[in-house]
Amino acid sequence: MHDALELAATRPQSAALRSYAPALLIFVVLALVPPIALLGPEGYVLSLTTRMMILAIAVISLDLLLGHSGLVSFGHAAFVGLGAYVTGILITEGVVDAFTILGCVVAASALFALVTGAVSLRTSGVYFIMITLAFGQMLYFAASSLSAYGGDDGLTLWNNAQLLGTGVLDDPRGLFYAVLASLIGAFVLVDRLKGSRFGRVLNAAKSNPTRVTCLGFDVFRFRLAAYVIAGVLAGLAGFLSAVQTEFVSPATMSWHRSGELIVMVILGGMGSRNGALLGALAYVGLEELLSTYFAHWKLIFGPLLVLMVLYAKGGLGAVLAPLTGERPRG
Amino acid sequence: MALFWRRSPASGRVAEPLLQVCGLSKRFGALLATDDVSFELFPGECHALIGPNGAGKTTLVHQISGLLRPDDGSIHFAGSDITRLPAAARALRGLVRTFQISSVIDSFTTLDNVALAAQARHGSSFRFLARADRETALNDAAMAALADVGLEHRAQVPATTLAHGEKRVLELAMALVQKPRALLLDEPMAGVGLEEAERLITLLNRLKSELPMLLVEHDMQAVFSLADRLSVLVYGRLIATGTPEAVRADPEVRAAYLGDAG
Repeated sequence: MHDALELAATRPQSAALRSYAPALLIFVVLALVPPIALLGPEGYVLSLTTRMMILAIAVISLDLLLGHSGLVSFGHAAFVGLGAYVTGILITEGVVDAFTILGCVVAASALFALVTGAVSLRTSGVYFIMITLAFGQMLYFAASSLSAYGGDDGLTLWNNAQLLGTGVLDDPRGLFYAVLASLIGAFVLVDRLKGSRFGRVLNAAKSNPTRVTCLGFDVFRFRLAAYVIAGVLAGLAGFLSAVQTEFVSPATMSWHRSGELIVMVILGGMGSRNGALLGALAYVGLEELLSTYFAHWKLIFGPLLVLMVLYAKGGLGAVLAPLTGERPRG
Repeated sequence: MALFWRRSPASGRVAEPLLQVCGLSKRFGALLATDDVSFELFPGECHALIGPNGAGKTTLVHQISGLLRPDDGSIHFAGSDITRLPAAARALRGLVRTFQISSVIDSFTTLDNVALAAQARHGSSFRFLARADRETALNDAAMAALADVGLEHRAQVPATTLAHGEKRVLELAMALVQKPRALLLDEPMAGVGLEEAERLITLLNRLKSELPMLLVEHDMQAVFSLADRLSVLVYGRLIATGTPEAVRADPEVRAAYLGDAG
């Protein structure tokens, strides 16, 4: 029986490498974007790609809930907005050290996730969707009413965060690589989580929570931990977004944004290895491309999504499955 | 806490019941699904619970395993009151159940299903980074449990591809890997063919010497070849408890349930 196990353990070694191919390729291409951008409209390319990568971090964090835990959170943008607001408010108040800000962002989003998760995760299905939506909107209106920090109009930052006292984050290329590093970090972290003991319990509870409970796992605690981790990662995306745009607005946490994040996860393929990453990049890329040529680009984008859902249920991750050798998931 | 000291039929010694259900009641609206049910499971015995469809067998198992909260009555396991204990905590104390409808994790391989169950007992599952599928301790324990039930040759296939009978056996392996102190088997024979049923009965017969089990079952052949004692549940109420022979002879039971099966 050991032979069988060893055989099974060595075979996936090369298969695993293959299944990472899309992500590896994307990271390599991304790393080459700044030098290549020098040939064209550098500012535009860098800012677009940076925005894509920041969104990808948020989408990867959402996929931990949506794809891997079966938790359809409709308030995920609230965490991005919370991270952005904590950053904006701290910078406005003169706190510019990136690590201090990050610490506060992590604490704030973890706390918000812990409190709202503890309530939301008592429910399931449609009720979970509605209650996460409600918490998201609550934060949205709270931010809108922060008149000291721009209220409805949002808050423009007249200063930016400093990484160890340097202006690296103010430089588009420096920020680009900081965001790329965060993206790779988020990807690796969530990927490791999925394969861990913790991820195994989450994944099992997705299809059969009662069974998992009867095996002796307190499913609620595992889901709450996942909710907090996803919230913190989304908060990190919010921090990066505030640093990039030097502007924070309640619009970043509206339910439309949460919906968009869900669409990106579905476009990429829920729960697949590279899906969330692909979904975010493809969504922003398509949006950018279509809106350059068509004023009413959403008329094309909508049907495209419908076709995607109809004919490629597993999203882009499933389209690439023959290449990556990844087993499509239900 | 009132403990009933009684002679355990299997060992013949005076023994404290491992599982004791006392005056359990559960009402769904006007329906009294469990009506003042009391019985014990002694160490070393297989206690079968039979009853016609809709008698409330599964409702009773749900209450014992913690998925449903009884309205009244108490459940003691291994000397402590577990009436208010959540389902997960009961499993960790060694009161492990299987399900009437095969409920294995379909997206997992057979081995991963058992490894997941093993994980519940081997250390913390709040481990976030190390790959679980490379943990030899878990995989070895899972493989041993699969070998124990004769399913090791199917270890690497996705659980969806298992035949119905194999899923029933996998359910057992998932329970066994947890080193339970007592098993709650909710219709382990449900939907399996004759040949497979016989295999399952042989397997359970071997297990019951070391593992007390509460067997909820429709299959009379299984019940009469496994059970040391029988309880008959009709409309949520226990109408008889005793040895299979005594229960088989009970006129009330014959009228209510067994019919010509006896």
